[in-house]
Amino acid sequence: MRKYSVFAVAREAMRGHRGWEAQWTSPEPRKEYDVIIIGAGGHGLGTAYYLAKEHGITNIAVLEKGWLGGGNTGRNTTIIRSNYLYDESAGIYDHALKLWDDLSQDLNYNVMYSARGVMMLSHNIHDQQVFKRHIHANRLNGIDNEWLTPEQAKEFCPPLDISRTARYPINGAALQRRGGTARHDAVAWGYARAAADRGVHIIQNCEVTGLRRHANGAIAGVETNRGYIGAKKVGVVAAGHTSVLMEMAEVRMPLVSYPLQALVSEPVKPIFPCVVMSNTVHAYISQSDKGELVIGAGTDQYSSYSQTGGLQIITHTLDAICELFPIFRRMKMMRSWGGIVDVTPDRSPILAKTPVPGLYVNCGWGTGGFKATPGSANVFAHTIANDAPHKINAPFTLERFRSGRLIDEAAAAAVAH
Amino acid sequence: MLLIYCPYCEEERSELEFRQAGDAHIARPTNMTEMTDEEFEAFFFLRDNVKGLTYERWRHLNGCGRFFNAARDTVSDKFVTTYKAGLPKPDISALRPATEATVETYEATESNAK
Repeated sequence: MRKYSVFAVAREAMRGHRGWEAQWTSPEPRKEYDVIIIGAGGHGLGTAYYLAKEHGITNIAVLEKGWLGGGNTGRNTTIIRSNYLYDESAGIYDHALKLWDDLSQDLNYNVMYSARGVMMLSHNIHDQQVFKRHIHANRLNGIDNEWLTPEQAKEFCPPLDISRTARYPINGAALQRRGGTARHDAVAWGYARAAADRGVHIIQNCEVTGLRRHANGAIAGVETNRGYIGAKKVGVVAAGHTSVLMEMAEVRMPLVSYPLQALVSEPVKPIFPCVVMSNTVHAYISQSDKGELVIGAGTDQYSSYSQTGGLQIITHTLDAICELFPIFRRMKMMRSWGGIVDVTPDRSPILAKTPVPGLYVNCGWGTGGFKATPGSANVFAHTIANDAPHKINAPFTLERFRSGRLIDEAAAAAVAH
Repeated sequence: MLLIYCPYCEEERSELEFRQAGDAHIARPTNMTEMTDEEFEAFFFLRDNVKGLTYERWRHLNGCGRFFNAARDTVSDKFVTTYKAGLPKPDISALRPATEATVETYEATESNAK
């Protein structure tokens, strides 16, 4: 793989850009792999990358039903933060945030991580108490998070309406300065390129239709629409379709799949300097480098695999955005879309071994998995390589729903879905 | 937004009046204190999360307020039928569930665009 650098840009500029290589190849599947990852989103491709880089396993295939990064990796609102309440969550999300820091250098691919700050608005005394509790808990875990007065919040994000007559008055905000955004597609592409460079096979348009097992129950391989492929270990990283895949191994999951929508406005000049979230009125918004306002809506109330949701969910969020930022009242919305998110009962992910030997699962990221991509991939690769969890993901087992050791972030999410 | 037929009001109303209330036809255990952890997990946390035809409870919250059951396709989101609580599952075996190939999603139409 030829490295990307300023010299490469200069060289190609001289040659009419005819020397750029394909970022990854599309090889024919082998008969057998050491590890098969099902799902070529950020988490899946990242897992393959860290398996190759840190654990020396390169005989890997990443199978993707559709196109690379076309699931929730390409559908989210790209927000990155780690100010979660519980120690377990703080551990995994901050592990991810530390990896985001130099991910572009590590992958030699600009993922455009921008630590522009994530500000969560407080509208009432309950918000204030909850956020201050978060701030203290975060600080004990070494995670930056600070309390802002309404004036400081306005200074940090000038379009914000903090007047006393506002429909949703603001009495403060919690700010994580290390939080921000990244370019979601570039994360998938960067991991794909770096993984392919280390010998990982990325096979798109390859749908898994069955999981084959040995007589002793251990995983033997996967049936696909391109034939049977053997595997010593299989990692399921399929977001909303995890239940469907795990059913092929007769494992029932504590998951429900819901549609989650997002939308972008027409592109405008830089106006919005940070990420703003409001749990109480359900709104989150940032501005992409292309200039679009990126807005996230809530989940629909029913389970679905349709990748679309109701219009009333979007308008509900836009109502809140227009009240918080009257400046955007005449903005036109350009595109909206839905993704299918897999939600666990405690709203925390599952990164774990399964009752089937050789089968591993990374799922349950629900409405907020993008931010965790590097951390999740990193510890999931460790789990697959060693057949044992890393200490960071050790609490995120499948068995916690039997033992009762839940990681109850449900009430602690930035935005309730 | 979905349009949902309430079998009690005998009227098709907007989704805004309804709340989804989980899976239908689940026999709630009566011996909760004697259950093993495995049984409790299976009842309380694990879900089939069906892709295709599913049976679920809905409540006409901002209408008659009553619970009823529905058969819905989770790929197309179409309601096949709704029926009163307590009635057995209707026979819809003749119906072919939707697949991604038969649903006109944005992606499907987009990728076929010439």
